[in-house]
Amino acid sequence: MSVNEYDVAIIGAGVTGCAIARQLSQYSVRAVLIDAAEDVAMGASRANSAIVHAGYDCKPGSCEARMNVRGNELFETWCRDLSVPFNRCGSLVIGFDDDDAKTLQDLYERGLANGVPEMKLLSGDEARAVEPSLSPLVTKALWAGSAAITCPYQMTIACAENARDNGVEWRLGARVTSLTREDGCIRVAMGEKSLLARYVVNAAGVYADEISRMLGDDSFTISPRKGEYMLMDRKNTCVRTVVFQTPTKMGKGILVSPTVDGNMFAGPTSVDIADKGDTSVTAEGIAQLTEKSKKSVPGINLRAVITSFAGVRAQPSTGDFIIGISKAEPRLIQAAGICSPGLTSSPAIAEEIVRLIEKAGLSLAPKADYCPTRKAIPEFRHLSREEQAELIERDPRFGRVICRCETITEGEIVEAIRRGARTVDGVKRRTRAGMGRCQGGFCMPRVMEILSRELGAPMTELTKFGGGSRLLTGILKEVDD
Amino acid sequence: MLVKKYDVAVIGGGPAGLAAALSAKEREPGLTVAVIERDKALGGILQQCIHNGFGLHYFGEELTGPEYANRFIERIKGSGVDVYLDTMVLELTPERRVVCVSAANGLMAIDAGAVVLAMGCRERTRGALNIPGTRPAGVYTAGCAQRLVNMEGLMPGKKVLILGSGDIGLIMARRLTWEGAKVVLVAEIMPYSSGLNRNIVQCLVDNGIPLKFNHTVTNIIGKERVEAVTVAEVDPRTRLPITGTEQTYECDTLLLSVGLLPENELTSAAGIDIDPVTNGAVVDETRQTSLAGVFACGNVLHVHDLVDNVSDEATLAGRAAAEYASGQASRQQTYAVKGVNGVRYTVPQRVHAGLDGKTDIYFRVGNAYRPATAVVRCGDTVIAKRRKQIMTPGEMEKITIDAALVTGDLTVGLEEVNPS
Repeated sequence: MSVNEYDVAIIGAGVTGCAIARQLSQYSVRAVLIDAAEDVAMGASRANSAIVHAGYDCKPGSCEARMNVRGNELFETWCRDLSVPFNRCGSLVIGFDDDDAKTLQDLYERGLANGVPEMKLLSGDEARAVEPSLSPLVTKALWAGSAAITCPYQMTIACAENARDNGVEWRLGARVTSLTREDGCIRVAMGEKSLLARYVVNAAGVYADEISRMLGDDSFTISPRKGEYMLMDRKNTCVRTVVFQTPTKMGKGILVSPTVDGNMFAGPTSVDIADKGDTSVTAEGIAQLTEKSKKSVPGINLRAVITSFAGVRAQPSTGDFIIGISKAEPRLIQAAGICSPGLTSSPAIAEEIVRLIEKAGLSLAPKADYCPTRKAIPEFRHLSREEQAELIERDPRFGRVICRCETITEGEIVEAIRRGARTVDGVKRRTRAGMGRCQGGFCMPRVMEILSRELGAPMTELTKFGGGSRLLTGILKEVDD
Repeated sequence: MLVKKYDVAVIGGGPAGLAAALSAKEREPGLTVAVIERDKALGGILQQCIHNGFGLHYFGEELTGPEYANRFIERIKGSGVDVYLDTMVLELTPERRVVCVSAANGLMAIDAGAVVLAMGCRERTRGALNIPGTRPAGVYTAGCAQRLVNMEGLMPGKKVLILGSGDIGLIMARRLTWEGAKVVLVAEIMPYSSGLNRNIVQCLVDNGIPLKFNHTVTNIIGKERVEAVTVAEVDPRTRLPITGTEQTYECDTLLLSVGLLPENELTSAAGIDIDPVTNGAVVDETRQTSLAGVFACGNVLHVHDLVDNVSDEATLAGRAAAEYASGQASRQQTYAVKGVNGVRYTVPQRVHAGLDGKTDIYFRVGNAYRPATAVVRCGDTVIAKRRKQIMTPGEMEKITIDAALVTGDLTVGLEEVNPS
């Protein structure tokens, strides 16, 4: 096989594509992970609710239901192997009246049909015993003990790193511009550059319909649905579990949830939009988050907000995940329309897609030297004093705190860059530098200096997240002596 | 872990920390004093404030920020105060153990007889204001932009809109203009500026930069880099944008100068009482906090307009810390000082009874008043009174009381005022 020939090309380096890459990397195949963005986790995987759902929402018999329940079973092991934070804190769906109570009963029954473990219908008081900050107006709730929280971009990054450690190549900043059939393969063009792949996996998120159409499969469309969030400062958390309101046609509703990093968020809104790249936050969205989150948790301190953001979910026209071999092109495997519960489902989707690749005709021999584990970047802030001292002894850069709000050291930032961070946001998602209450006001110039030094790139070329997101417009005007 | 002992440990080597350390050493030359600074140099934010206007009150002459800092740094050099640079404090315990970390020394604990908190403040961010729009590159706090320009020689943008008329924003409007950028507008949500009047004149008026009061940013446009910013007029009562008044300005940068917040994470974690208005510790007239032997001064205590006032306050705190460390603290009863009638807060919030001499009470008003009379009462008795032609939230006010007259709780309030 020549340099530019692969067994499998995975298009899309979100959590779905990266999980598939990781699952595939245990076999002796040549695989490449492609994304238009300059980093992994740049779409829905960087801005979602971070919930590992129990699985009672999905319609029984749907692909979503199967993937959700299986994904929930696998998730903790994946997180343990990949050093990704995971906390099985459970979730509550709360109801305020008889209509809600009926919906909760339906959810409970759906959950039973889907094989969801550890569910229980609670009275208002029982729910408040679990989650004391709930509104006194809550009359009924559905408890799901298998629900958990994680970090979606850490999961994505960890899968991508583990896949790379096991031989999967990354091609980032490479937008797929055409797919054409060539000699029993598919030529994947990325502007001027191209490669040949025997099989293509379409995990392109909101753009999956466009990728599919390149090979003549127009059996579905993807419409973008925006969800806005407000993230609260760490000292202002008031919930221990994930608190949902009863779901509507537009999704699971606005929830209030703790994060694995000790923050708390309210979100998402749910708005169908025209532009797949529209991650703007709106005044209406913030107003809606304020109203709805206070309904669930009246004591929520929204003045402690440190940032608001939005993610775009890929809503499939079929109403269910699109997972299968394309009818139009047997070398195209679809992992499309992965809306919620996409994060939860990602390990299950990965299993399923790898089975489908084999079914499509690729023989998969296990790799002898496959390593299923990936170590996280050392987190100075979480170590004991003895461990901190040891780490600094090994590398003094772990003794220099760069991000003061989150206590992130130079050693962590350098390691993130070594592992592939190329932008300020790339460093932020890998280390949390700039994610605290000052939002990078102090550390951003220092992170830029380290990026510049480690990458050998001038400061003026550094970006926030790639493309045209240059942080600077130049150097100060030069003066002749 | 390396463990050291100091009589006085000062956390922060900016203007407050430097003045406190020097004052402690001068008060009790026999004491050991350490300054712990997270940056690679002393001086704090003054090092990036290369404009002049510092020191008029304290030194009686006009200095730049680095010059002002250097006056103290030079004195520190020969003073016997130990300085730890590039060292971050991780924890302050109620037993006054300061745990810090550096690349040079690894983890280090300092057991201190007295501690002075002088960590300064941070800037309020876009996130805290819920500004709608995209999240592109080109949105900076004014202080972050100031560091990029003045310390690194880098330009954050060419066409700039500034939200908020705080002093750093005003200074940066002028600085960026001088460097060839175009500042298209300064928008201020309030009907008045929170910055010093001299900065409005020298930075905006002199450079022809428009300033709009009662205006705020309602949208940020641009996916990768800021492309435009929408500004709308606000209803002065609700401060909510008025529909139909939106105007979109093409620009590549949005600077935020929308307030400073004392950085009291260490303070809170040590269990020290925080004043919800100042976001700094509750202190007495010696700047001692609710934790005995721990003092606070400068912008970590409350945000100052003038560094000169920081130096004065730090001198008080440093002296008191030295006295505490050498066992001379007078522990008389304290009484509360409370801001009322238009006075948002006072520092100190407590005063000791039975003192000699004068005590200065600093305060800020919540609105612009012209004229205004500030009155300090002890019960029903007026113990001090000060009339001024104008008082605004942007300028810290001071009133001096005769300490011997403090026999109970005090109030500081405005009387005979004309809100304007």
